[in-house]
Amino acid sequence: MFEWLSWFTHMENTKPFVLVLFTVTFVLIILYVFSNRNRSKRLESYKNIPFDDEDENGQSKDIKNEQ
Amino acid sequence: MVASSAPVEQYNYDIVRKFTIMALVWGVLGMTAGVYIASELTWPFLNFNIPEITFGRLRPVHTTLVIFGFGGSALFATSYYVVQRTCQTRLFSDGMANFTFWGWNLSVGLAAISYMLGYTQAREYAEMVWPIDLLIAVTWVVYLVIYVMTLRKRSQPHIYVANWFFIAFILATALLHIFNNMAVPVHMFSLESYSLHAGVQDAMTQWWYGHNAVGFFLTAAFLGMMYYFIPKQVGRPVYSYRLSIIHFWALIFLYMWVGGHHLHWTALPDWASTLAAGFSILLLMPSWGGMINGIMTLSGAWDKLRTDPIIRFMIVSLSFYGMSTFEGPLMSLKSVNALSHYTDWTVGHVHSGALGWVAMVSFGSFYHLIPRLWGTKMYSEKLIFAHFWLATIGIVLYIAALWVAGIGQGLMLRGFDEYGNLAYTFIESVSFLYEPYAVRAFGGALFLTGILLMFYNTMMTIRKSKKEQAEIDAKVAAKLANA
Repeated sequence: MFEWLSWFTHMENTKPFVLVLFTVTFVLIILYVFSNRNRSKRLESYKNIPFDDEDENGQSKDIKNEQ
Repeated sequence: MVASSAPVEQYNYDIVRKFTIMALVWGVLGMTAGVYIASELTWPFLNFNIPEITFGRLRPVHTTLVIFGFGGSALFATSYYVVQRTCQTRLFSDGMANFTFWGWNLSVGLAAISYMLGYTQAREYAEMVWPIDLLIAVTWVVYLVIYVMTLRKRSQPHIYVANWFFIAFILATALLHIFNNMAVPVHMFSLESYSLHAGVQDAMTQWWYGHNAVGFFLTAAFLGMMYYFIPKQVGRPVYSYRLSIIHFWALIFLYMWVGGHHLHWTALPDWASTLAAGFSILLLMPSWGGMINGIMTLSGAWDKLRTDPIIRFMIVSLSFYGMSTFEGPLMSLKSVNALSHYTDWTVGHVHSGALGWVAMVSFGSFYHLIPRLWGTKMYSEKLIFAHFWLATIGIVLYIAALWVAGIGQGLMLRGFDEYGNLAYTFIESVSFLYEPYAVRAFGGALFLTGILLMFYNTMMTIRKSKKEQAEIDAKVAAKLANA
């Protein structure tokens, strides 16, 4: 049933397999990140998250709350 | 349920404050141990024939206190702060967070005591005996639960990239710690144990752990710190968020493979150590990508370097990050490793990363954090400047001395005369180290003086905060009395 797994135990199979697998994954991540203008804009907008908890004067909004 | 009228913080800063103080306490103790053992190597009489304070026992005390005590507490503090601020939600459970505080600090303290008493697993950076390993494992799983549950209840739709680095660090450290420490105790009430792995597999597991402790504990997690605190201190968002995404995935993927470069020219199969060297070279790209992303965040605000010592800490830390991530792949090449391995070049390299990158980015982040945690300004900015220069000069002396020591030592151990005999005896290579070791101890002492100044500055800041708070309370009480 699991004999097909033995295919992975041969270095001549696994080396090119992982090379293709990892290269394709990396290229897909690059394409995802840089290929679409709207997506790029959306991703870049996340860089402002650390500043979302400040008011207009750059002061933290978190100091004290009454429960 | 009766509502309390007492003011409460929106975020759990109490746990961040506690870990911040403990990071500094462990930092001072760990670096003191470091300077002492560096001095022992230079002036061996300092061993005083007392087994508990000999180099062999104090060395793991030093590494454990600085990596896990100082570095670990700094990561707990900053990760708990960053996850709350970027998710705009309170930490999942105050009780569980307190458990991680006690569990972690107890582990570090017990580990240090047990090493001095002579109990060790003899695995580098994982010397803790099995009961302490179990305590760490439980603490770490609780940490993971807190972090994941806090992320799940976030107010922000997106998880900011700093949290990706922190969560990768927590997950990877759990895996590394559990698999590397699998052991069978000699008997139920014995601190000794046998490793579950044997022979070269044991060595491979140890260095898979050892290098990923560097990769995930000392790099990925501190990059999480960098991605939050540099933008906040500079007042500008990170240079490129898309680059940070590439940085994250490439770094996380590549680090897992490189541990084998610690075992070049050993019984480890040649293909495994070559593979590790190949991935180490590839690591240069995400490492430098991340460094450039951090440094370019300052683009348009470089003038702040003149006046803001905190930004100086951060930028110098990134410079050392770039330098040590260039030096690391270089040393992973088999030909270079043949010279550098088993010499003090390795020790110098580790410290350029640990002092230059990890400690400096932590100092910068703490100087940003401490005034916000205690609601006041730092007690003295001049002391921050003094700390910066002491730390920077200390590191440069340290690294330069160990380059001289290591490369000289390597060349002497490989030197042959015209007949093929060794050109130097071993003891000649040892006596050659005297001057570089003295300079190293001096550089370390400067770095230690720097953190002592920081400790003093922090304690005075806390005192100032309490005084200010008492004055405010007195004014409010007086107003209420007059009303």
